[in-house]
Amino acid sequence: MAGSTLEIKNLHVAIEGEEILTGVNLTINGGEFHAVMGPNGTGKSTLASAIMGHPKYEITEGEVYIDGKDVLEMEVDERAQAGLFLAMQYPSEISGVTNSDFLRSSINARREEGDEISLMKFIKEMDGTMDLLEMDKNMAQRYLNEGFSGGEKKRNEILQLMMLKPAIAILDEIDSGLDIDALKVVSKGINQMRDDNFGCLIITHYQRLLNYITPDKVHVMMKGRIVKSGGPELAQRLEDEGYDWIKQELGIEDETVGQKA
Amino acid sequence: MTVEISLGYDKEYVSKFSEGLNEPEWMKTLRLDALQQAERLPMPKPDKTKIDRWNFTKFTHDLRGEKMESLAELPDQILNFIDQNKDEQNLLIQKDQRPAFASLSQSLKDNGVIFTDMKTAVKEYSDLVEKYYMKDGIQVDEHRLTALHAALMNGGVFVYVPENVQVEEPLQAIFWQEDPEAALFNHVIVVADKNSSVTYVENYISHNNEEEEAVTNILTEVFAHDNAKVSFGAVDNLGAGTTTYVNRRGVADRDAKIEWALGQMNDGYTISENYTYLMGDNALGDAKTVSVGRGNQKQNFTARIVHYGKASEGYILQHGVMKDKATAIFNGIGKIEHGATKSNAEQESRVLMLSKDARGDANPILLIDEDDVTAGHAASVGRVDPMQLFYLMSRGISQKEAERLVIHGFLAPVVNQLPIDAVKEQLTQVIEGKVN
Repeated sequence: MAGSTLEIKNLHVAIEGEEILTGVNLTINGGEFHAVMGPNGTGKSTLASAIMGHPKYEITEGEVYIDGKDVLEMEVDERAQAGLFLAMQYPSEISGVTNSDFLRSSINARREEGDEISLMKFIKEMDGTMDLLEMDKNMAQRYLNEGFSGGEKKRNEILQLMMLKPAIAILDEIDSGLDIDALKVVSKGINQMRDDNFGCLIITHYQRLLNYITPDKVHVMMKGRIVKSGGPELAQRLEDEGYDWIKQELGIEDETVGQKA
Repeated sequence: MTVEISLGYDKEYVSKFSEGLNEPEWMKTLRLDALQQAERLPMPKPDKTKIDRWNFTKFTHDLRGEKMESLAELPDQILNFIDQNKDEQNLLIQKDQRPAFASLSQSLKDNGVIFTDMKTAVKEYSDLVEKYYMKDGIQVDEHRLTALHAALMNGGVFVYVPENVQVEEPLQAIFWQEDPEAALFNHVIVVADKNSSVTYVENYISHNNEEEEAVTNILTEVFAHDNAKVSFGAVDNLGAGTTTYVNRRGVADRDAKIEWALGQMNDGYTISENYTYLMGDNALGDAKTVSVGRGNQKQNFTARIVHYGKASEGYILQHGVMKDKATAIFNGIGKIEHGATKSNAEQESRVLMLSKDARGDANPILLIDEDDVTAGHAASVGRVDPMQLFYLMSRGISQKEAERLVIHGFLAPVVNQLPIDAVKEQLTQVIEGKVN
């Protein structure tokens, strides 16, 4: 079998004692693009952050495996080493650390000592990727995300994705705050990653992104779990009709979970 | 507190010490007057730091450091501070307060640049040194430690750059305390005469542990005359047993600039004062400092810029990292005197705490006696942001490495300002050693 497999089984997650995920089941294989959609406040971003090990989220029940290895037992950096990547909705700004130094440290962190990427190879690869993402070259020498615009931060997340080449990537609202041109560029980068060794979980609020990236499977989240799954046609129907028909079908009155919308 | 200087350091000792160095009469008189004053003057009172139990009196003063034949005799830990690839070194090394090595390029000598140890300067450039020595910069009678310094000064450096001379290559001084109990009463004077410029970098180094007690009492006076520019860099790296009082003071005349980049990495108790007086119109003072506290270290840092000249500009940036049970106070003071119209005083103090027992206080203070000015300050004390660590670690970087990146990034604004690459790298390594 090509690529890696991420298995999420009956995942329950709480934040400050309040349950946000109420039993998520999802399996992503290498070569597959999955989209998780749903209205605000249904737990989509919590799913993304919890899988990566965000310090604020507490796993109360369930399991997550990558290629059979227990992800929940791993530290955050070990999860990345195991092949996971999270493109964050709100990337941190880190002063004094240049984008390029950070990227090189990240690449070398997954290589053996003595097998670090050569500076020439690194620069060449970064230059090429930045060209593809239509990024200003001086962003390599700027401090990590510091003073970046919303759009620049999102491109920078995709730059990292493309340079680090994870087995499974989770993209948390990578489309939010992007204008149509930026959306096209970001989508181009993500589509370029598509092959049998790469699986992707795209979390989005809008169907818009899926005009540029065609998912193999579409899942709808409500009340902290996946309530409906289908193919790309499901995304199209959500675009045309909204979420009400699902709520009606399933008898859900309030689709949100927890107190925060 | 009774005066422990009577423990062997009396009038007779000071007279003999001065005579032994063949000093001119003015210096001997200054020392003896200062000794008298030291007996009655109070200790300095750094804000929020009690220093009454600090060791300022237990040390060895009369030292016999040896001259070196070549740089090869230096241990690696000193050699690392020197850029050895250069053909011509503008370098002065003082070992236990004795000049051990000195080198200045011929072109600078030909231009009249003076770069020599203080004991030699007092004899050979007596009038010039007298003109600047504890007159318009630091006064003898500010408190007991300034007076004690004046009485017991036992080393240092004198730099003079004549009018219109631009010194392109940095001048570097290394003050090495090899004898673990040696007292450094070090006096540094840097004078940039009209329309001249110079970059000076100094390193204080010792490796004494907590049981090996010593004292340093460092006074530094920097003068930038009209339209002159002085870039002053320092890495203080004195061992845990050394109690340090260091006072670096600048006086900037019309259109002059003084830029400080200070890496304050001592392991012992430290009081550090960095004052800049902007006397002339359009003068500029820029003070950037970084410090790391560890162990049970107590430190007090004050950066103060005083505006007298119109349209003068003062910038203070202090970044500190505190770990273990270290305590530090960071005072940033911008003072605008009446009449210094159109002046601008800006300051920023940031403290990063790495353990729950560490303590750091940032006190931004603006004292303004003039209406037509601009001023601003920012201060923060906090811990490493868990979200930053999460972000870095989510890319596969270990927690230790992630913390290292955040700390280096936090200190980078000052580290990057240091003018000599070897010193910059050395400071980075010193930081590495202290935070890990």
